[in-house]
Amino acid sequence: MAIDQATVRKIASLARIAISDAEAAAMEGELNGILGWVEQLGEVDVTGVEPMTAVIPNTLRLRDDIVDADPLTGGNRRDDVLANAPAPQHGFFGVPKVIE
Amino acid sequence: MTDFTNLTVAEIRDGHRAGDFSAVEVAEAFNANVAGAKALNAFIVETPEHAIAAAKQADADRSAGTLKPLSGVPIGMKDLFATNGVQTTAASHMLEGFVPRYESTVSQKLWDAGCGMLGKLNLDQFAMGSSNETSYFGNVISPWKRKDGGNAALAPGGSSGGSSSAIAARLCPAATGTDTGGSIRQPAAFTGISGIKPTYGRCSRWGIVAFASSLDQAGPMARDVRDCAIMLENMAGFDPKDATSLNMAVPNWEAALSNDLKGKKVGIPKEYRLEGIDPDIDTMWDAGIAMLKDAGAEVVEISLPHTKYALPAYYIIAPAEASSNLARYDGVRYGLRDLPEKAGLQDMYAATRADGFGPEVKRRIMIGTYVLSAGFYDAYYTQAQKVRTLIARDFEQAFASCDVILAPTAPSAAFGLGEKMADPLAMYLNDVFAVPASLAGLPAMSVPAALNREGLPLGLQIIGKAFDEQGVLNAGLAIEERAGFTARAEKWW
Amino acid sequence: MSDYRIKGETGEWEVVIGLEVHAQVTSNAKLFSGAATAFGAEPNTQVSLVDAAMPGMLPVPNRECIRQAVRTGMAIEAEINKWSRFDRKNYFYADLPQGYQISQLYHPLVGEGSLTIEADEKAGLPEAKRIGIERIHVEQDAGKLMHDQHPTMSYVDLNRSGVALMEIVSRPDMRSPAEAGAYVRKLRSILRYVGSCDGNMEEGSMRADVNVSVRKPGDEFGTRTETKNVNSVRFVMAVIEGEAKRQVALIESGGSVVQETRLYDPDRNETRSMRSKEDAHDYRYFPDPDLLPLELDDAFLAECRESLPELPDAKRARYLAAGISAYNADVLTAEVESALWFDTLLETGAKPAAAANWVSSELFGALNRLGKSFADCPVTPAHAGELLGLVADGTISGTIAKQVFEKMLESGDAAGVIVERDGLKQTSDTGAIEAEIAKILTANADKVEQYKGGKEALFGFFVGQTMKAMQGKANPQVVNELLKKALG
Ligand SMILES: [Mg+2]
Ligand SMILES: [Zn+2]
Repeated sequence: MAIDQATVRKIASLARIAISDAEAAAMEGELNGILGWVEQLGEVDVTGVEPMTAVIPNTLRLRDDIVDADPLTGGNRRDDVLANAPAPQHGFFGVPKVIE
Repeated sequence: MTDFTNLTVAEIRDGHRAGDFSAVEVAEAFNANVAGAKALNAFIVETPEHAIAAAKQADADRSAGTLKPLSGVPIGMKDLFATNGVQTTAASHMLEGFVPRYESTVSQKLWDAGCGMLGKLNLDQFAMGSSNETSYFGNVISPWKRKDGGNAALAPGGSSGGSSSAIAARLCPAATGTDTGGSIRQPAAFTGISGIKPTYGRCSRWGIVAFASSLDQAGPMARDVRDCAIMLENMAGFDPKDATSLNMAVPNWEAALSNDLKGKKVGIPKEYRLEGIDPDIDTMWDAGIAMLKDAGAEVVEISLPHTKYALPAYYIIAPAEASSNLARYDGVRYGLRDLPEKAGLQDMYAATRADGFGPEVKRRIMIGTYVLSAGFYDAYYTQAQKVRTLIARDFEQAFASCDVILAPTAPSAAFGLGEKMADPLAMYLNDVFAVPASLAGLPAMSVPAALNREGLPLGLQIIGKAFDEQGVLNAGLAIEERAGFTARAEKWW
Repeated sequence: MSDYRIKGETGEWEVVIGLEVHAQVTSNAKLFSGAATAFGAEPNTQVSLVDAAMPGMLPVPNRECIRQAVRTGMAIEAEINKWSRFDRKNYFYADLPQGYQISQLYHPLVGEGSLTIEADEKAGLPEAKRIGIERIHVEQDAGKLMHDQHPTMSYVDLNRSGVALMEIVSRPDMRSPAEAGAYVRKLRSILRYVGSCDGNMEEGSMRADVNVSVRKPGDEFGTRTETKNVNSVRFVMAVIEGEAKRQVALIESGGSVVQETRLYDPDRNETRSMRSKEDAHDYRYFPDPDLLPLELDDAFLAECRESLPELPDAKRARYLAAGISAYNADVLTAEVESALWFDTLLETGAKPAAAANWVSSELFGALNRLGKSFADCPVTPAHAGELLGLVADGTISGTIAKQVFEKMLESGDAAGVIVERDGLKQTSDTGAIEAEIAKILTANADKVEQYKGGKEALFGFFVGQTMKAMQGKANPQVVNELLKKALG
């Protein structure tokens, strides 16, 4: 199914990417080209076929319930967490005021 | 006096161990080449001091008798790997100036093995591209030129184009790459070097900027098969921080290298014979088949019936995962923040992401968002994952009758910069031979096999069974020895 | 059947309620990282690189969180899915660092189960009722936003981000605020028995998303609204009542209910539409490619089952069988602490019915008075058992027992010690009692006359006088017998 510019804008807003009308127009063609092409997958008979879940047979490992066992995955490193923040505020991340 | 930059990883390691030269000499030689190759734009950040520091350590370790596996070997690091204290950008404006306080598992393993870092290598933005033309920090130029006298700048391939260009130009003996749908193999083929994508899960993904989680796999790029084996041994290994990491011992791939393929069966997938493909590709492929026969292998024809659908399936699955993986770039905790006048939170997101992502990244996020959106999920994503199951099944069945599969790495030699940018689909088709192995998580490598009529390198791809990197490397070695590929780009930069 | 109805101009309306309870799983570390979960830490100190969604970070699940969710599922007799999977729920918000919440939509860990709310006439629950529970899935909590710290900015604290939650989704089986309140209380009780959640609603360990719709009795379900993060039983009930009335008024005035997310304002006791969630309707769920399917083996499930304690319903049944009244059984089993305290008391050999009466009246009364709980109960079950024993074997009277208990609360001494020290043993020494009776009868000759003249009611007067004279320490039976004899 082909998508129109309204759909392009809807997707862009879902993806939180601001786009100009010109970009929307350009993308309409590109996306339709790509989507039209991938739709050939519809030809494949997949009756009784399970969607892939693990590309290499492997089971999910579970971690032990230990705090800060590994500094790379543990807490207590606020400086590192905030080091690249655009608007750090007294140990918080600052963002434009949100109305809930 | 030897030009250290012509030495392989093995030669540097062994020569340094034997005391033939100091690691500092080697590091200085490569630093000089890096400094002199700005025209290639292979590096986003150069870190000569890091390389020198590691070299001094290597020389000290030699005197102390505490040498490490890769002491004295300076390498390039794709700028997709987080490096502690060194800017990590994924070649995006979004992460320009981002300096991680952590080190990726793979890069940490290499530093622990004694490697030094020459710099952070350029790539396609967020590893999305096949020509390195989507980097926010400019195109990487291949050192190769067509021998038609023309001076067209050629693509080094992508997304690991900084790595391929730098190795081919002797700016580093080896580099890390990542491969989601061919991003190690295709650039290797375009620049006449070798590269291997191991079995999915061999190398930890922890600390590598994610593109498509179920496909991303790190791997080495170098000038020959032995160097790939050496590098991979020092990159691979179980990591409890990555739930998809394989809990298996790392084999001694280098020690077990063998060019003897007696008793091995090599499968030739008939579906990879594309009509209208550059005849040079088929010629090279046939030559490769002859080489493997000569190495004692038996050649059998195999069928991978769903090959045609691999690329479309990939262009649903990879963008879908990417659209979600890249949602974290929102201007709140790190990276770029665009805050227009009176903008609210959601406006900030939209402005930041519009500014921080390049066109190709936006395109893929848009596709991924669309195929996951309400009402389309099953038709696109679920269908693609079912087709992916069938593609993996194709390989399983094929491997019942062969040990490794031989095919071209890419459908063409390197193309000129800008030649394919206008048409995304034409660009995507570059990975037609590379993507199936990625979808099936199988180990695959590219080795240089020949020059085409224009004097540009062509690569042969070997695909192996899951966990059989050894079989892939051995077949690669057999080709390498017979192809005798010694051509290199003439220095113009 | 609940007869709770909203009276509208067009007649009576029935309320249909479903609850999605988010319960914080009791664990040391977060669901997918090693950061701590403790409440009230400095902002962003319990945040790992993973929780902050730094580039290249990956989730690895915490076994204990899975285990607690499975045990909870077993406690509500739900089917446990040995094969489940984590999905990503994609939306953009400042408290959601990854840009998606790792949750379970397509293959939850726990399937269909249920719990039973007991009848409670006073609370408007004529009979016990089974409430269906559709599923329990495990997911990440979000961070916290503060809006009052800065004129133009909100502040983000990610300490909660990534903490494990169980989302417990009920069937739309409830029909009144009372039923919903009872459901939340019962669920909280079960979670606390199991130990999978501390049930602390003030600290946000338990929050309910309240789904409410109205319909004319017998009609199809109406359109529902979802009021998010309601954090007390009282508020849950208030939201239902208010929302039901709002919907009835809306419909009767010709409008129609829109399916939306709403927010409760306790100060004004009203709900309002939630702007921040307006366009978050297309969540683009898909399996998290960073995680493999979660497969549980029999050994793991067996350990989960074996580690389950006796649950409220089983305990209640055991108490009823032991002759404890339904009221006392409910009171004693409501909170795990009181139930465990009472079970230890029974182990001292105390008579169940008498012990239950004493605990639910005397002990509960004392604890309320002292503002204490069973956690810091000043009397040990052993001491209480001794006290009840002294009453049972006639060593002290019920009246004296009250005095002894007061002294126990003050001193913490054992009952026997106090009785000995203060000489509170009751006497059956007939000589002493007869002596007192003799005095009383002579001192009240007139009343003796009236009694003999047929004013039998005066017998109680003589008993009282005698007990008073004996400072309450006389054995009542003995006093009765001797008085009857003396009065002929
Ligand atoms: Mg909800
Ligand atoms: Zn939830």
